[in-house]
Amino acid sequence: MISFTNISKKYREEFVLKEAFAALPSEGIIAFIGGNGAGKSTLLNIISRLLNASGGSVFIDGKNLCEWNTRELAKKLTILGQSPYSAARITVGELVAFGRFPHSGGNLSEEDKNKISEALALTEMEHLRGRFIDELSGGQRQMAYIAMAIAQDTKYILFDEPLNNLDMNRSVKIMKLLHRLSRERAKSVLIVVHDINFVSFYADYVVALKNGRIKYAGDTDSIMRSDILCDIYDTDISVEPYGGGKICVYYK
Amino acid sequence: MAFRIFQCVFLVLISAISIFVGVADISISELFNRENGQMQILLSSRIPRLLAILAAGSSLAVSGLIMQRITRNRFVSPTTAGTMEWCRLGVMAAILLLPDAPSSLRVACAFTVSLAGTMLFIGIVNRIRNRSIILVPLVGIMLGGVVNAFSTFFAYRYDIVQNMASWLQGNFSLVAAGNYELIYLGIPLMFLSYFYADKFTIAGMGKNTASTLGLNHAAAVRAGLVIVTVISSVTVVGVGNIPFVGLIVPNIVSIYKGDSVKRVLWDTAWFGALLVLLCDIAGRLVLFPYEVPIGIILSVLGSTVFLVLIARGKIAYA
Repeated sequence: MISFTNISKKYREEFVLKEAFAALPSEGIIAFIGGNGAGKSTLLNIISRLLNASGGSVFIDGKNLCEWNTRELAKKLTILGQSPYSAARITVGELVAFGRFPHSGGNLSEEDKNKISEALALTEMEHLRGRFIDELSGGQRQMAYIAMAIAQDTKYILFDEPLNNLDMNRSVKIMKLLHRLSRERAKSVLIVVHDINFVSFYADYVVALKNGRIKYAGDTDSIMRSDILCDIYDTDISVEPYGGGKICVYYK
Repeated sequence: MAFRIFQCVFLVLISAISIFVGVADISISELFNRENGQMQILLSSRIPRLLAILAAGSSLAVSGLIMQRITRNRFVSPTTAGTMEWCRLGVMAAILLLPDAPSSLRVACAFTVSLAGTMLFIGIVNRIRNRSIILVPLVGIMLGGVVNAFSTFFAYRYDIVQNMASWLQGNFSLVAAGNYELIYLGIPLMFLSYFYADKFTIAGMGKNTASTLGLNHAAAVRAGLVIVTVISSVTVVGVGNIPFVGLIVPNIVSIYKGDSVKRVLWDTAWFGALLVLLCDIAGRLVLFPYEVPIGIILSVLGSTVFLVLIARGKIAYA
């Protein structure tokens, strides 16, 4: 389980995240929503130790984040940042194989190889295995990095806007895949998503931020209300029933 | 695999040619005639020279590869990061302070100074906010220039300019059995790089990716720097400054095989050895029977190749 207490982050004298605390469910898809600059990415980066908090603590499986060994944590938790980019010219296959680095240390076992093939199959990237990532389209590169995170096979998967650069078809595939991973393998997937309808249809739990504070947190159904969403996004959003779920309309 | 065999055969062939190129004629039929001393020339001069070339060429190319990965910049190499200049400063300090020191002590001196100097370079680069691809090597070149001025001043002051000149231009013509062997240290270091290969590649993918994959980024960079500076030090002490190999070889190999250190290590070493070998042969033939130092040949060829690579956009990003 991931929990955090009193996390703050400030740049100079300005808080971008203030006194955030929550105990997240240990399974399922957990969506972080909020407008630009609400502190979603900051929070995700602090949870994944890419960014140091100005105050507060994060606990992964009950152990304080700063007490975790980097390599051990890499077997438990992975993060994929916004628009991942690498200066190194490596192939899709090599990139995905690096997902096994925390487990293998570089020498791939049979199990590692199976996980790599599986990750490539799940993301439908097998045919691009030998291609260099700088020769891929933005969407394909995004998929390659997602495949790396899947190959890493961690309990906690943190994705910061994984649907960036992806067309509708791929977006749906990714969300379905994450849903499947969370159900079949009891993974906890933390994602930042801007498309509120993906949240409505796929997320199990929602953390809503505004101006650096967690304003609402709860089951998706309890957050998908017109008044809450209007407050979070500062815009008129109506929530309508649709096919057994809820759809949010905010285009006019 | 077939290509690997071809690579080996080709290198052996060029090596054989290299052995028979020189002022003194050597022919296979006369080789075993004890009276004309051809075997003597072969064993004490030609073969040591060949081995020094192979070791220096391959290990310098590998050190350039490592440097480019850990700094995430294709323009950085021992030549453009000032590492070679720091090495020379170390050698000069050794000559001044301990005139009778054996070459192993000179290497130790060069290593200590160049490691500190290269770390200073990395430290400065990390502090620069605008880390543009071009700015980073420019910082290295400027830093190297300052260090060079410093070395030259002291060399002039203490009248060892003549002595230092041999470290200015790399030259294999002074290699003879007994004075170059330290350069072999580069070979085990290349094997060591193979064990670190994935770590260097991951470090080259950025701090965040490295941290996500559980790699201690700082430790990988430190290991890389130690390998690079040891290779540079033994080369500078053994044969002098060999420029551009660490810069152009990894870039050319990258076009065809990418940047995974594990995958390109062998090709980089092979190509580095071949390039230096060919340049050395050229240097011996251009003004026959005189010899052009390999440093000059490599500077001309290396800068040309480098300009072509940039102009063609082959090094568009880094």
